[in-house]
Amino acid sequence: MVNRVFVGLILLAFAVALLCDVGVLPALRPPGQPDDVAVHLKLLTDGAIQSAESAVSLAIGLIGVLALWMGLLRVAERAGLVAMLARLLRPVMTRLFPDVPPDHPAMGAMVMNMAANMLGLGNAATPLGLEAMRHLQELNPKKHLASNAMVLFLAINTSGLTLIPIRVIAMRAKYDSADPVAILLPTLLATLCSTVVAVLVAKLLGPRFSLDDDETGTPPAEATP
Amino acid sequence: MTEGLQLVARAVGAGAIPFVIAFIVLVGAVKKVPVYEVFVEGAKEGFDVAVRIIPYLVAVLVAVGMVRSAGLLDLLADVMRPVLSLVGVPAETLPMGLIRPLSGGGADGVLVETIEAHGVDTLPATTAAVMGGSTETTFYVLAVYFGSVGIRKIRHALYAGLLADLAGLLAASWLTRLLLF
Repeated sequence: MVNRVFVGLILLAFAVALLCDVGVLPALRPPGQPDDVAVHLKLLTDGAIQSAESAVSLAIGLIGVLALWMGLLRVAERAGLVAMLARLLRPVMTRLFPDVPPDHPAMGAMVMNMAANMLGLGNAATPLGLEAMRHLQELNPKKHLASNAMVLFLAINTSGLTLIPIRVIAMRAKYDSADPVAILLPTLLATLCSTVVAVLVAKLLGPRFSLDDDETGTPPAEATP
Repeated sequence: MTEGLQLVARAVGAGAIPFVIAFIVLVGAVKKVPVYEVFVEGAKEGFDVAVRIIPYLVAVLVAVGMVRSAGLLDLLADVMRPVLSLVGVPAETLPMGLIRPLSGGGADGVLVETIEAHGVDTLPATTAAVMGGSTETTFYVLAVYFGSVGIRKIRHALYAGLLADLAGLLAASWLTRLLLF
């Protein structure tokens, strides 16, 4: 998918610039030097080269903040903050997932995964999430069909419950924002909206998507009664 | 009213990071974690993360940068502006809204591109930043998690994920304008 988008964008940009320069298409942007040849393709050259350069200088500029944050997160992990947050989340989670027994390992893994995600521990969150899926699959009667609990778990997961979006803050700081952290509250509230909608859609649409299907549902009846 | 809200937003922003830093260090010390050593060990990873995102940033910035240089991004924004302004979304954040559910590295790249094109503290770039921080890469999460246990029928998972993204993107637009501009 991303592959096709990437190829499509580059070829599209090239084709449009070429057609503008040949005169088939009207100029999409006012050319800098009107009497120059291939103005649009030149703009494309500058765009490509400058973008590649700024990608690297940005990434280098992010190292400091990322190192600070990864260091803190490692301390948080060792101090048991993920487990502490998980304890806070557990009552909410057992209510959201009535079909998962509260002391089933699936619940433990889901809660830990969410706690790690909220703290921005992406590397720790993924293995926990995969473990949660494995345990949810144990509870799932139809092994090729997503259970309600799985859909809800992933819906919450894709809604991106992050408390502090450090990468975005670091990028804003790198570009000399007057107040890089100003985005914190709106980001947190927007994430909350997205998570609430995820839960609502997962819960409300559940009954509309059948848990029965003929692929592995009822085996063909035996001929002899 | 709005001014009071904006004050709260800025105060939360200003206070959150020092609070989190102090809190983590304090809990670490209370739990007898060798804070300094563990911090340094974790900080080494920061370098890896920064280096790891370079290829993604280059790919996305070049692709989106070329599309912008060809004038197509502005054209697309102009075409979509009437519809988007009806729902309160800045047209310049359209690339961000489109890439966010597809690719995390892509979203980083588009955010940088938006900041460079419009200026970091402008409404479009700030909205794009809030969008980037408030949703996840839905397609990636669904593919990896369902794939890991061999689920082939995902029922309403994609609808839930994409509607949640849509809600997040709309909320990001509205809240940014309400709280910061």
